[in-house]
Amino acid sequence: MAEPFTRITAVAVPLDEANVDTDQLVPGRFSKLPIAPGHERVLFHDRRFLADERPNPDFIFNGPGYQGAKILVARRNFGIGSSRESAVMAVWSFGLRALIAPSFGDIFFNNCFKRGLLPIRLPESDVEKLFAYLLPRPGATVTVDLPAQKVSAEGMTFAFEIGAVQKMCLVKGLDEVSFTQTHQTEITAFESDYYQEFPWLAERTAHERNL
Amino acid sequence: MADTLFDKVWRRHVVTRFNADEALLYIDRVLLHEGSNHAFRSLAAMNRRACRPRHAIACSDHYVPTIGREKGLDGVTIVENRNEIALMERNAREHDLMLFSIDDPLQGILHVVGPELGITQPGMIIVGGDSHTCTHGAFGALAFGTGSSELAHILAIQTLWQQRPRRMRITIDGRLGAGVTAKDLALWIIGRIGNDGGIGYFIEYAGSAVRALSMESRMTLCNLAIEAGARGGMIAPDHTTFEYLAGRPHAPGGAMWDKALAYWRTLKTDDGASFDREVALDATQVSPQVTWGINPSQVVAVDEAVPDPLAEPDPMRRESMKAALQYMDLKPGTRLSEVPIDRVFIGSCTNARIEDLRAAADIARRGRAIVPAYVMPGSRSVKRQAEQEGLDRVFLAAGFEWRDSGCSSCTCVNGDIVQPGERCASTSNRNYKGRQGPGSRTHLVSPATAAAAALTGRIVDIRRFAGT
Repeated sequence: MAEPFTRITAVAVPLDEANVDTDQLVPGRFSKLPIAPGHERVLFHDRRFLADERPNPDFIFNGPGYQGAKILVARRNFGIGSSRESAVMAVWSFGLRALIAPSFGDIFFNNCFKRGLLPIRLPESDVEKLFAYLLPRPGATVTVDLPAQKVSAEGMTFAFEIGAVQKMCLVKGLDEVSFTQTHQTEITAFESDYYQEFPWLAERTAHERNL
Repeated sequence: MADTLFDKVWRRHVVTRFNADEALLYIDRVLLHEGSNHAFRSLAAMNRRACRPRHAIACSDHYVPTIGREKGLDGVTIVENRNEIALMERNAREHDLMLFSIDDPLQGILHVVGPELGITQPGMIIVGGDSHTCTHGAFGALAFGTGSSELAHILAIQTLWQQRPRRMRITIDGRLGAGVTAKDLALWIIGRIGNDGGIGYFIEYAGSAVRALSMESRMTLCNLAIEAGARGGMIAPDHTTFEYLAGRPHAPGGAMWDKALAYWRTLKTDDGASFDREVALDATQVSPQVTWGINPSQVVAVDEAVPDPLAEPDPMRRESMKAALQYMDLKPGTRLSEVPIDRVFIGSCTNARIEDLRAAADIARRGRAIVPAYVMPGSRSVKRQAEQEGLDRVFLAAGFEWRDSGCSSCTCVNGDIVQPGERCASTSNRNYKGRQGPGSRTHLVSPATAAAAALTGRIVDIRRFAGT
């Protein structure tokens, strides 16, 4: 179940890179790990840590001022690649709650909402302004207001778009299955009509078991 | 109203709408693998069972080793992998899903098994816990990957909330040249539209070059739609599709076949239907492709040099090119034919079907591997067929390793990794940093180009390759 998401003001990390893929977010070998204390360590593991597991001082997350960051700002194509939800879970376990970029990998984008994480698409020019503000100021904060659909920092305010179902579930911390269940009557009616029209798609348990 | 193929399939699956662009969709089939165990955990937490268990297909493919498979689960030497495989298979059995376990004679990669058994059919919506679920779009299905929460949602209630993506049509006319494959075409397209060219879109591939492709080639093309950033790609079903499906174990038979066929024939984009974006390409311009960078859009023709970032006008792309060259240890202007290859991988849901193995074997006949080369068939059915055709003996005689089926060196979670600093000519789909193991360097190519790399230790132009 996701935590409700309304408004946060927090330190924002500017990760000045495009094409941050899911293999960087969580190397494949970690995707089977359960979400337990310590899971935050897998986020960007091969970049955050050196071969001997000490923090890599050159990676921005380890820089001074970024402890406790809850917002990440990145360049285009954030989260492209695999459908592994562990990528979202690692971001969440690390403590980040909102991600801002000009574009996201579609699957990653949708997965975020399921774990209470808010991905925000802003025009490239707005993201550029955020970078210009954040890069010289480690520890600077940004405010994300989901009900108002606004990102603000240092007098700048940017509006963003979000899907209505996604917003509702996130703001209420709603379990999507329970919400969908309120449509059970329609689902049942749909199925009856659907399998009448496409009988070859109906479950064929006995036949399939013999295969 | 003139309609796109995408909209026809989408609309028939709308259970209810939240607003104009957000709908609750009915999902025909859901695909799971060992990485999907989080979905079963969510299902358990909701105290729910799979509502249409036989419409959920589970394969052990990501974590399975490609050797020692005669020992079944006991042959998995990596303990955590063995546990995850056992857990997934137990979950699948408890929920009575359609399971292809590690020792099943029909086991294979999800995206190979679904089509070859006729589970994948035109007009379906297929959602899988793997981004390359878009492969199934080759049949005129609307197919895409998702995470474990959405998988759990589908298992629980057979539906999914989705925002309707924009529609893009990529029309490729003309004929592909000899030695140029669907893999080359797919990489070439990504090179032109970018690895983000498809973000927010669902692609329909059309045109004479696409219609001329076999089903297996169409699967390779659709498999790489996600690498252009698209939700998925699809191709209107036609006689090639119907011929492929006829007689497959899960395809409809008898009177049902005729009924299905009548419906499938309606699944095409109407004349005059409009798309949010149209791209027209000429198949005769495509040469064998090879990636030089760290995402699949960083690709050149085999006879071109590695590009110079200084010539790239887009600053972000320029930075990304510089980072790629550094990681790949390449310099602008270098020809990839000058760069030694350390290892070859022929496999994955992109290129491990029988036609891929035949193409690779045709090259392998012409010499002997001088670098380690591995062939992992896409499924055990493919493996059996290849062995009946004697392809295993061709590969073995040429010094390639002939292994068992699984995702293997594409995801590398099964331990089949590329060593740090090594260059691998790979028929898989991602060349990300570290994808094939920490420090690994991947060059994505077609099966024939990969086989030739094994014989020469170089990337060569297979159009001019006589053998060694």
